[in-house]
Amino acid sequence: MLWNLFVTFFKIGLFTIGGGYAMIPLIEREVVNNKAWITKDEFPDLLAISQSAPGVFAVNISIFIGYKLKRFWGSLICALGTTLPSIIIILLIAMFFRQYQDIEIVENVFKGIRPAVIALILTPTLRLAKQLQLNRFTVWVPLLTALLIYMLGVSPVWIIAFAIVLTVIYYIYKNRKR
Amino acid sequence: MIYLKLFYTFFKIGLFGFGGGYGMLSLIQNEVVEKSEWITVQQFTDIVAISQMTPGPIGINSATYVGYESLINAGAGTAGAVLGSLVASFSVMLPSFIIMLLITTCLMKYKDHQAVKFVLSSLRFVVVGLLLAAVLSLLSVENFGVPGTDTLQFAVSIILFLASFVATWKFKINPIRVIIIAGLFGGVFYTLL
Repeated sequence: MLWNLFVTFFKIGLFTIGGGYAMIPLIEREVVNNKAWITKDEFPDLLAISQSAPGVFAVNISIFIGYKLKRFWGSLICALGTTLPSIIIILLIAMFFRQYQDIEIVENVFKGIRPAVIALILTPTLRLAKQLQLNRFTVWVPLLTALLIYMLGVSPVWIIAFAIVLTVIYYIYKNRKR
Repeated sequence: MIYLKLFYTFFKIGLFGFGGGYGMLSLIQNEVVEKSEWITVQQFTDIVAISQMTPGPIGINSATYVGYESLINAGAGTAGAVLGSLVASFSVMLPSFIIMLLITTCLMKYKDHQAVKFVLSSLRFVVVGLLLAAVLSLLSVENFGVPGTDTLQFAVSIILFLASFVATWKFKINPIRVIIIAGLFGGVFYTLL
C-alpha cells in the first residue's frame, strides 16, 4: 500500500507542469476515479483545507491524502513521492543543463503545453460548480471570491478564514433559534 | 553556517507562503534575492522560467535550485551544492508537514460533527472561486502570446486551450495524455514553422 501510494504520487509529481493547481485534475483522476481513495464528496474539502494551510499546495494535498489512508507514514511517503521528481529534475538542470531553456524546440514544446494546462484546471472547476448545483444566489459566492482574488489581489487565506467565521456564526445563530 | 541560514530562510518561506506556489514567489524573491543576496535577479527569473517548464510545485522547484546555486556562488563543490538543495527543499516542506498533520488529525476526529460538516460544505462554494481566480490569472500573455505581435501563437494557443477543455470536459481524456499531445504538437508545429 505504501509503495502504491509512493508510485501514484511520484507519477502525479512528475506530470504536474505549471504549479499546484495543475495537479488537481491529475489527483482527481488518480485518487478519486481510479483508486477511489477519496470520494467525490471529500475532494472539495481536501482542496479547501490544503489551500488554507500555508506552504506548497500540491504537497499539502498529498499530505492530507497520505494521512487519511496510512497516517504519519502515509503522509510522509506521499509528500516525498510528490516532491522527489521535481527535486531530481531541478538538480539535474542546475548541474548539467544550464542553457536548457534556450533550446528552441524545448521552448516550442512548452508553448503548446501552457494553454492546455489552463484548460486542465478549468475542467475540474466547472465540474465542481456543477456538482454544487449553484442557484442565482449561491453563484455569487464563487464569483465574488474569484473577483476579490483576481482583481483586488486579496489573499485566499483571508477569504477562507472569513467564510469559516461567517458559517460558524450562522450555524450558532440557526441552532439558537431552534 | 550557510546550511543553517538556508534552513531558517526556507522554513520561513514555507510557513508564510499562503495561497499556493504563485503566492510564494514574491516571498522567495524578497528573502533570497533582496535580503540574503544568494542569487541575482537574473538567476531568479531563470528559476521562475524553469519552474514553469518543468514538472513539480514551483515552491519546491525554486527551493531546490536556490539551494544549489547559493552554495555554488559561495564557492562549494557539487556535493556541497546538492546537500544545499536538499536542505532548502526539505525546509520549505517542513512547516506545511507539521501544520497539515495537525489540521488533518483534528479534522478526522471531528469530521462527523454537525458544525464541521456545515462549515466544510459551505467552503466548497469558496473553493470554486479560488480555482476560478487561478484560471483567470493564468489566462495571460506569458501563456498565450501577445495578440498583435505574435498573432499566430495567440490563435494556436486559443485553439489548444479550447481543444484541451473539450477533451477533458466532454470526452474525459486523461490530463497527462492531453499535456503530452499538446507538447508534441507545439514542438512539431512551432519548429517546422
